[in-house]
Amino acid sequence: MAAFGSFALIVALALATYNLLAGAWALRLIATGQPARISPERLADTARRAGIACFWAVTAAAFALVYAFFTNDFSMTYVMEHSNRALSAPYKFAAMWGGQEGSLLFWAWLLAGYGFVLRLTHKKDVKLYAYAGTILAGIQFFFLLMLYFAVPPFSLFTGPTPADGNGLNPLLQYPEMVIHPPMLYLGYVGFAVPFAFALGALMMRYPGEKWIKITRGWTMVTWMFLTCGIFLGMHWAYAVLGWGGYWGWDPVENASFMPWLTGTAFLHSVMMQEKKGMMKSWNVWLIFATFLLTILGTTLTRGGLVSSVHAFAQSSIGTWFIVFMGVVLAVCIFTYILQRDHLKSEHQIESLVSRESSFLFNNLVLLTACFVILWGTLFPILSEYVQGSKVTVGAPFYNRVAVPIGLFLLFLTGVGPLLPWRSTSMKAIKRNFILPVIVLWTTVLVCLLVGVRPWHDGSFDRGDFYALVAFAIAAGVTTAILSEFLRGAKVISRQAGRNLLTSTWLLTRRNTRRYGGYIIHLGVVIVVIGLTGQAFNSSRTAEMGLHSKLSIGPYTLDCVGFTQDSNLNYNSEYALLNVYRDGKYQFQMAPAKRLYLVSGQPETMVAIHSLPTWDLYVVYEGTNPDSGRPIIKAFLNPLVGWIWFGLVVIVFGTLIAMVPSLSPATASLRVPAPRNAPAEPALKGGD
Amino acid sequence: MRIPLRSSVWIKTAEVLVLVLAVCFSMGASTAAARFSNLNHQLMCTCGCSELLGECSTAGCPSRTQEMADLTAEIASGKTDQQILNWFAVKYGATVLAAPPARGFDLLAWIAPFAVFGAALLGTILLIRHWGNLPGGKMQPVAVSNQANMNPAERARIEQIRRETGTDGDV
Repeated sequence: MAAFGSFALIVALALATYNLLAGAWALRLIATGQPARISPERLADTARRAGIACFWAVTAAAFALVYAFFTNDFSMTYVMEHSNRALSAPYKFAAMWGGQEGSLLFWAWLLAGYGFVLRLTHKKDVKLYAYAGTILAGIQFFFLLMLYFAVPPFSLFTGPTPADGNGLNPLLQYPEMVIHPPMLYLGYVGFAVPFAFALGALMMRYPGEKWIKITRGWTMVTWMFLTCGIFLGMHWAYAVLGWGGYWGWDPVENASFMPWLTGTAFLHSVMMQEKKGMMKSWNVWLIFATFLLTILGTTLTRGGLVSSVHAFAQSSIGTWFIVFMGVVLAVCIFTYILQRDHLKSEHQIESLVSRESSFLFNNLVLLTACFVILWGTLFPILSEYVQGSKVTVGAPFYNRVAVPIGLFLLFLTGVGPLLPWRSTSMKAIKRNFILPVIVLWTTVLVCLLVGVRPWHDGSFDRGDFYALVAFAIAAGVTTAILSEFLRGAKVISRQAGRNLLTSTWLLTRRNTRRYGGYIIHLGVVIVVIGLTGQAFNSSRTAEMGLHSKLSIGPYTLDCVGFTQDSNLNYNSEYALLNVYRDGKYQFQMAPAKRLYLVSGQPETMVAIHSLPTWDLYVVYEGTNPDSGRPIIKAFLNPLVGWIWFGLVVIVFGTLIAMVPSLSPATASLRVPAPRNAPAEPALKGGD
Repeated sequence: MRIPLRSSVWIKTAEVLVLVLAVCFSMGASTAAARFSNLNHQLMCTCGCSELLGECSTAGCPSRTQEMADLTAEIASGKTDQQILNWFAVKYGATVLAAPPARGFDLLAWIAPFAVFGAALLGTILLIRHWGNLPGGKMQPVAVSNQANMNPAERARIEQIRRETGTDGDV
């Protein structure tokens, strides 16, 4: 299989090279109108077909690697290092992206997959797709070149073939690891497509804004995958790392969050270009920056520039990525300078208080957040360079700097949609904002009354202060969003004689993009409420013998036993804890500690009982080496479940926003005329 | 239409707000337990887990035990929070601090984000005001043929419906 995989890779590399060179040559011939022996259109089509064939070649290489995992082919170094015989089937599949070489092959395969779909749908706009396909071929060429020469996944183990492999990193042997990396990579890699369209459109001086409409679906899908990937990663960290949290501002986490921020900024500001022909240069650079940040994140975490608690694939390929990033940046700058006159705005913003300027401020805040994270991630390197010693930039830094920025962004989430395009009046502001502001201040009062106070025993608690502000803004934003739905639904209800629920659905169908966006905002608010719960986390640690008790919040944990279990892959130790509330038995929890036999590494299996109000989160930390008694750590983490529910709402909103809106004609068919009105002539014929 | 800005009132309100916030943020936790919890979240565990001292989940971690004992002793000795952090930095190295100290070159870590945000905010406001003042900066209302014969009341009503039913744009 190693020979087959290597052969498939070299074929893929050859096809990507042809796609790039022939595609570029054909586009140059078309642009200059030079006569040629072969028609440039035919040449471009052969390049496109080479791109399609490249997908099948990379698929064959990926299949070869997966097959090697399933057949325990330990003659291959990568398989030997990341698998073992006792590894269960889903993790053998997931082992493909458990290390550097396999994850880059997986990256190349996803990129080829995106390219495959793009090239199959080229008839939407043959020339633009030819440009985008050629640019994607250039990116594909880089990854395949690196796979073939720097990190070959099919290299053979020197010496006799081992009887068993080293096994997969225990931290990766968790169900979410089967879906979290693919989601994240679909997001990372997917941003190459809008990047290719943006660069292609700029190169060919694409007339109008149609290219944005074409790429919108791609960008939304990519953004959704990246969002899911980030949240699944958070859930994995929460359930596996056993420290009671889900986000540690680790460089790997930061690397995924930065392109998400710029991608989100792009999704907002691109509307300005579509509606008003504004911010063209800005949008082009946002999408360039998003793609470059995906590469930068990869460089930082895989190139060994920054250390991370969960960078599973570090090696010395940083130079490859730095060179690639330099080339991409140079191409972007060169193309921009050459074609910048094509990006002149057709309109300008008139008022500081308008929908347009709210988009601008939203972009400003998102990019500042991105800068803060990039700055925090790179500062240890900078400090070491200047002072000769490293510093740590951890959670306290980000909590102080990024949280206020995040709250401001949440505030804009509520304000922006209430502002009309162009400009507004004080009367309109009063009308739109009075209810959300009342709800906001009522929430402040209620929070203070129920005990969410920034002052405790004469000292200021920053966490509670942020929580108070977050709850208040979240309530205000929710009111603003719901009142937007209600206002529109009432009008439709009046017009169509339908109830409010049906009218809300029709309203959403009429402008899926707008109301899908509102649902996404609602999801973000729910996530923020969940994140805010962190301010009220509590934890208790105790050594627990048989029938020892541990109380946390309203719960009492009674240790009723310890047990052990083993299989071919790992040994487990469990604590069995009966949970009581107000003296009544509720349920049993079984936190565990696993010891993986091949690698000798331990792993925590956290027991979580999730309710809308809080999570009871119990960790079996191991045994005290002095006393030999098991150590149990229990957390009561309020509102964590809201984070995961918020993701579901965000995904739902994104899917709604991707569905085309009802056209006026369809809408008139779906919305019945008022009861007393005469029937529409068009419907008389039984349509 | 521009929003009238009663500048002196707004500026004074903003000054009071900034002062209150500054006082709030300069206050620290007072009780020993609160200080212990606060400080162990400003220090890193040195066992290599890359986690905050208060969140290290390594079973029987010797570094955590030692650091926690040191922290308890330092609080009991009556030192201020800053003196304790300095003591830790001397004993364990600068990387034990979970955030860069706000002095010397490291102060730049704290200043840069706010400086960038402030500059960008100011630049954006100035840019929008500049655009608004340009003679050609105002957008011309889009001529809609079927609205040409409408009276202003009808046109306003249509605009309102369009706004309320979401047919005028996106989020």
